[in-house]
Amino acid sequence: MSETIAFKPETLAQVDKITARYPQERKKSALIPVLHLAQKEFGGWLQVPVMDYVAELLEIKPIEVYEVATFYSMFNMKPVGKYVLEVCQTGPCMLNGSDDIIQHIKETLNINVGENTDDGMFTLKTVECLGACGYAPMMQLGKFYHEHLTKEKVDEILQLCREGQIALD
Amino acid sequence: MSKKLLLKDAHIEGIRTFEVYRKQGGYVSVEKALKMTPEEIVEEVKTSGLRGRGGAGFPTGLKWSFVAKPEGVPRYLVVNADESEPGTFKDRYLMEFIPHLLIEGMIVSSFALGANTAYIYIRGEYAWIPDILEKAIDEAKAAGFLGKNILGTGFDLEIYVHRGAGAYICGEETALLESLEGKRGNPRLKPPFPAVKGLWECPTVVNNVETIAAVVPVINLTGAEYAKIGVGRSTGTKLISACGNINKPGVYEIDMTITVEEFIYSDEYCGGIPNGKKLKACIPGGSSVPIVPANLLLRTINGEPRYMNYESLADGGFATGTMMGSGGFIVLDEDQSVVKHTMTLSHFYAHESCGQCTPCREGTPWMFKILKKIYSGQGTMADIDLLWDVQRKIEGNTICPLGDAAAWPVAAAIRHFRDEFEWYINNPEATRSNYGLAHYADPIPVPAKTE
Repeated sequence: MSETIAFKPETLAQVDKITARYPQERKKSALIPVLHLAQKEFGGWLQVPVMDYVAELLEIKPIEVYEVATFYSMFNMKPVGKYVLEVCQTGPCMLNGSDDIIQHIKETLNINVGENTDDGMFTLKTVECLGACGYAPMMQLGKFYHEHLTKEKVDEILQLCREGQIALD
Repeated sequence: MSKKLLLKDAHIEGIRTFEVYRKQGGYVSVEKALKMTPEEIVEEVKTSGLRGRGGAGFPTGLKWSFVAKPEGVPRYLVVNADESEPGTFKDRYLMEFIPHLLIEGMIVSSFALGANTAYIYIRGEYAWIPDILEKAIDEAKAAGFLGKNILGTGFDLEIYVHRGAGAYICGEETALLESLEGKRGNPRLKPPFPAVKGLWECPTVVNNVETIAAVVPVINLTGAEYAKIGVGRSTGTKLISACGNINKPGVYEIDMTITVEEFIYSDEYCGGIPNGKKLKACIPGGSSVPIVPANLLLRTINGEPRYMNYESLADGGFATGTMMGSGGFIVLDEDQSVVKHTMTLSHFYAHESCGQCTPCREGTPWMFKILKKIYSGQGTMADIDLLWDVQRKIEGNTICPLGDAAAWPVAAAIRHFRDEFEWYINNPEATRSNYGLAHYADPIPVPAKTE
């Protein structure tokens, strides 16, 4: 598998930098940070061959990668759209209208939570508390938070996504 | 006006940079601490009365004094920046806007603990903050405050940032260590405690971001002077992240002498409830602490004003009071449904349970399902009793405190707002089409019935 799946050289340099943070015999500690790199580089989700490649790289068993990848909610186990809209639905966001925001996105994109749009552009996910409770309602897009959401602001963000003008990284 | 120790320079332009931070007196505590012995620093922290700011409120100096010191074994400091409790976003503010305060506190703390390597375990979703922290680390290193032979004292320290990947349970210190070791965030049985066997089985101290940042003023002021701020055993200042139905949500630093009423209604803090609505209830310490109705929140059971500190908030125990917790202050106005809010929190705990202990794994989705049933107008009076029974069977019966954290909000909601639960049951037609319910999917699919 690793013949066809391999990090770019610059990513491999990042992997080396990450593994150097831990004692030499504790390379496994780098697993979560390296899975973040893998998800980003290989299409936004973790296919089995990608996880196998990470296992090989960190000299651990594939099962050790699978059990971690399936535990943490930030790792996607199935294909996602180019823009993953992660809308917080917990307590303080709900008090400030996250229900309306989720409903609005569902209707605008004609998808349910957990689904991708047909054009592969968007995925809608609901998430649990992202630590933006004072700036609710909010959603995460790539690396960044979009806070104090209104329906109008969501429309604007979706349009900017379609135009490729929203920073993910 | 509350005294500010942590956020005093937060408004200064460029405070994220080493240069500006240093001009404001930054890193003086490091210069001071490195002239002391580690034991003297631990004593100062003990004298200060500083309590862990992550939620449990355990005395920091005492925790540090438990660290085992076997020969030839490294010790570690791990900063818990996994902040994931609904209502809590204060550590994000500290790391995002005053990163050098955390780095400075980590240097002093690591020296006191005899640690030469320290990690900041930050929740994965705070994906832009590691860049800010790493820049601060690089700047501190370039200025000689990190790396080999710090300030010529012979003390070496490296600080690394480690990103998690979205699991609330990793805020529990042993689960955090498992995650840092590249595993699932399953909590460990205690004892042994991390101070004896922590990261890679080495002695480790895990402290919250705010706690480590507070070590800086403790050293700058001295422990005795720090202890004079605040009241009783609630010494120093506390960051409160306020949210929900208030006019001015945000992060506030208080010295724990103000009343709850002042905090909610004064313009200096939350600025009251939007649109002149009445206060219905509040969760003052993050989602896991018991919800309190307005009358018990503003006044104690004896009719005295309730204060924003550990002792006053816990007055009367869980029966009438609540807890300071992490300082995640969630306000509900008169139009909010406690049943729905509790349902969203139950969904959170069900989703975030690691699944290791049966009461938590099975009980948290069960509580959510019962709450959803009641909220959607399909509940019966027996469901309230069942809900009470399930939460009782979770509390105290799990390896880590997530079980308690899931049970307490439900118990307090039933205890204080039983009439509201009964209203949903008695008025099914009014509630059956509740908008927004569909978003809260069952965390565990219910298997199809087979005959």
